Amino acid sequence: VIRLAHLAAERILKIVAVVIAIAVTNFLLIHMAPGDPASVIAGESGAADAQLMAQLRAQFGLDKPLATQLAIYLGHVLQGDLGMSFRQGRPVAGLIMERLPATLLLTFTAFAFAISAGVTLGAMASRRVGRIADSIITVLALAFYATPLFWVGLMLVLLLSVWLELLPSFGMATVGANYTGWAAIVDVGEHLILPAITLGLFYMAVYARLTRASMLEVASQDFVRTARAKGVPEGRILRRHILRNALLPVITFAGIQAGQLIGGSVLVETVFAWPGIGRLAFDALLARDYQVLLGVFLCTSVLVVLFNLLTDLLYVLIDPRVRAA
Amino acid sequence: MEKLTRRGLIAGAAVTGLVPASPFAQTSSKRGGTLTTILTPEPPILVLGVNNQGPTALAAGKLFQGLLEYSFKLEPMPLLAKSWSLSDDKRTYTFNLQENVKFHDGHPMTADDVIFSITKFHTELSPRARPIFNKIKGATTPDPLTVVLTLDTPFDPFLLMFDTSTCAIVPKHIYAGTDYRTNPNNQKPIGTGPFQFVEWQRGNFIRMKGFDQYWVEGQPYLDELIYRIIPDSQSRALALQTGQVQLTQANDIEPFDIPRFRKMPNLEVELQGWEYASQLSWIELNHRVKPLDDVRVRQAIGHAIDRNFIVSKLWFSIGKAATGPIASTTRFYDPQVAKLQSHDPNKAKALLDAAGLKPNARGVRFTIRQLALPYGEVWTRLSEYFRTALGQVGIEVVLETTDAGAWAKRIGDWDYETSTNFLSQYGDPTLGVERSYVSSNIKKITFTNTGGYSNPRVDELFASAREAEDPAVRAKAFSDVQAILCEEVPQIWLMELAWPTIRDKKLHNVIRTAMGPNAGFGQVYFE
Repeated sequence: VIRLAHLAAERILKIVAVVIAIAVTNFLLIHMAPGDPASVIAGESGAADAQLMAQLRAQFGLDKPLATQLAIYLGHVLQGDLGMSFRQGRPVAGLIMERLPATLLLTFTAFAFAISAGVTLGAMASRRVGRIADSIITVLALAFYATPLFWVGLMLVLLLSVWLELLPSFGMATVGANYTGWAAIVDVGEHLILPAITLGLFYMAVYARLTRASMLEVASQDFVRTARAKGVPEGRILRRHILRNALLPVITFAGIQAGQLIGGSVLVETVFAWPGIGRLAFDALLARDYQVLLGVFLCTSVLVVLFNLLTDLLYVLIDPRVRAA
Repeated sequence: MEKLTRRGLIAGAAVTGLVPASPFAQTSSKRGGTLTTILTPEPPILVLGVNNQGPTALAAGKLFQGLLEYSFKLEPMPLLAKSWSLSDDKRTYTFNLQENVKFHDGHPMTADDVIFSITKFHTELSPRARPIFNKIKGATTPDPLTVVLTLDTPFDPFLLMFDTSTCAIVPKHIYAGTDYRTNPNNQKPIGTGPFQFVEWQRGNFIRMKGFDQYWVEGQPYLDELIYRIIPDSQSRALALQTGQVQLTQANDIEPFDIPRFRKMPNLEVELQGWEYASQLSWIELNHRVKPLDDVRVRQAIGHAIDRNFIVSKLWFSIGKAATGPIASTTRFYDPQVAKLQSHDPNKAKALLDAAGLKPNARGVRFTIRQLALPYGEVWTRLSEYFRTALGQVGIEVVLETTDAGAWAKRIGDWDYETSTNFLSQYGDPTLGVERSYVSSNIKKITFTNTGGYSNPRVDELFASAREAEDPAVRAKAFSDVQAILCEEVPQIWLMELAWPTIRDKKLHNVIRTAMGPNAGFGQVYFE
């Protein structure tokens, strides 16, 4: 137990160090981009003068030396204050909390869809390797792997929204309908289907290919032959012996993906006007809204680090050998 | 020109017929409904003055109002000012305000709010209003519904400064004595407009509802107005096509999609409504870069490009070819002198030869770097066309790409060779044209005379047009300046831009004034 506590403490210290390093790096990187929020606002307003630029820079604290700005920022972050958005004049933490649920809903739906469909398809393909079902699955997986996300999204919209008129083509809910209870859930669900599928298809393809390859490799190993010789039923061999051992690379990849998904998908959020955090970060980048961008980066990097921790724990659960190592 | 001005000034009250005076007879059939439309890109804040972007003007124009609106010919029309007059010495303006105007929090709007908005709020915040409202030497309120403004010197275009996007009337009781930029009201705007702010989910939608104490009896007709934030242009086109939104405006729909929507029987495409802005696009030349300082080279570039091609093939005939520095919809445009170089590549080559710029072995006379404007697909295509057209006369163009933040910064720092730009003219050359050509405005700030063109005669003419109180004198000066600029081509003017408003045919009264879809929408109704 003491060793475990020691490990956990070490791990948490590491996380704090990593997060601070990320905050400093991001701060410097962002300030290296040409232009600042004042010049962006002037550019968008169609008119500017020296007084406006000075007013804005003073308001945003950009008239201070960079080192001072960094010190002020870090000081605030350590107190749990992510600052105010330059453009919107609202607290960054609030902006992020407003947008994070939408991203989490979208990405976890897409994630669940990708994993379940991908592993199932991969397993099916590996059982019927070389036959027609395997060919179909392999070709489909390759197609989804290679097709750009936004194109898949637009085609799905054309088919399901424009021609069949089954689903809404953008947004997260019907505005002004004031649905409650079950009706609200159905409404969000209808809006969720297209973006979740669009986002999930690429990863589904990855999981299908990964599962298929991994299962074929495991299937040719000695312990599987032994199990078969013992007379273990084929279905049980597949589930307990092959699949379970084949899942390790899938989990590794899923861990990486889960981290990426927290950042949202700018592309899918753009195409479907999904009010998530990816779009928030992208708009903040274009507007040089430093505080918002830094806040999003910080928030997502913390989540990524946590997901890595979770992945490590999952390994232990699935494969007892990992604990020894 | 003189007639137009005087009619606007003296007979302003007579135009009141344009504000529906007898709403009772019509309201029953017009009332009701929710209009869902699009806003792109998402504005940061919905209080005009604190933020003056295009999308802000579009949405905040429903929440706030100025003293005046303008007809398609830029004649002033009453809005919060019922009537107005100008003294004989042309220095004192008197505005009589509408009665029973209330802010959305129930406070009555009075002359104090108007004076606060003009002399404090916008003078402090807005770079465009500041130099002009600083001319106001006296501001008094003889009674709560009368505002008297006295200028230091006569200023003919003064009445063009009172539309909602330039000078929205804001509540004094909320803003006085506070930091305007960080006032909490900026998050929940309170104005006098026909619609009242309800909710804004960032990245998603802005919702407004009809203001039940709006000063025009029976209006607004619509119950609710919803702006959806849809960042992708193809998704916006689909939203319109499927009827999920009933109106698009500004740059919601890319020009290449317009022909498709023109063919849809339930939709109407309108191009009017941008006369006040009258944006003119041009290839922005940095005169500090050789050989762009040579007038023959600039004329050659003018001959090398085909404006009609740009209008018809890139913008699908939305807008028209520029004929000079002043748009044809702006006051004092003179069609007699505004004539630009015709499309004639051979003339261009001859001029470049005369300037001593002979082609080398590769056929290249010189190379310039064009900083493409990062405002969407069609602007990128424009830069590509520019490269092709100049390539044909031996000028090699290298394209540079960037994002909006870096673009504004580099233009402001004079860190470019050529770029693309477009500027609003605000109805009068003194307000929106002068700034790009006079040497006193050569500054390291975006939208000043960043190109660095300088001609003492041009400075003189713009100054006399600014100061003259007689519109005829101003007209003469502007005609002369147009002739000089067309000859010296400080910038390569391309197009008078227009922006399509596409509406469901059942939706009426959207485009009534030169403010187009930026106007208040109190009169807008569903059939």
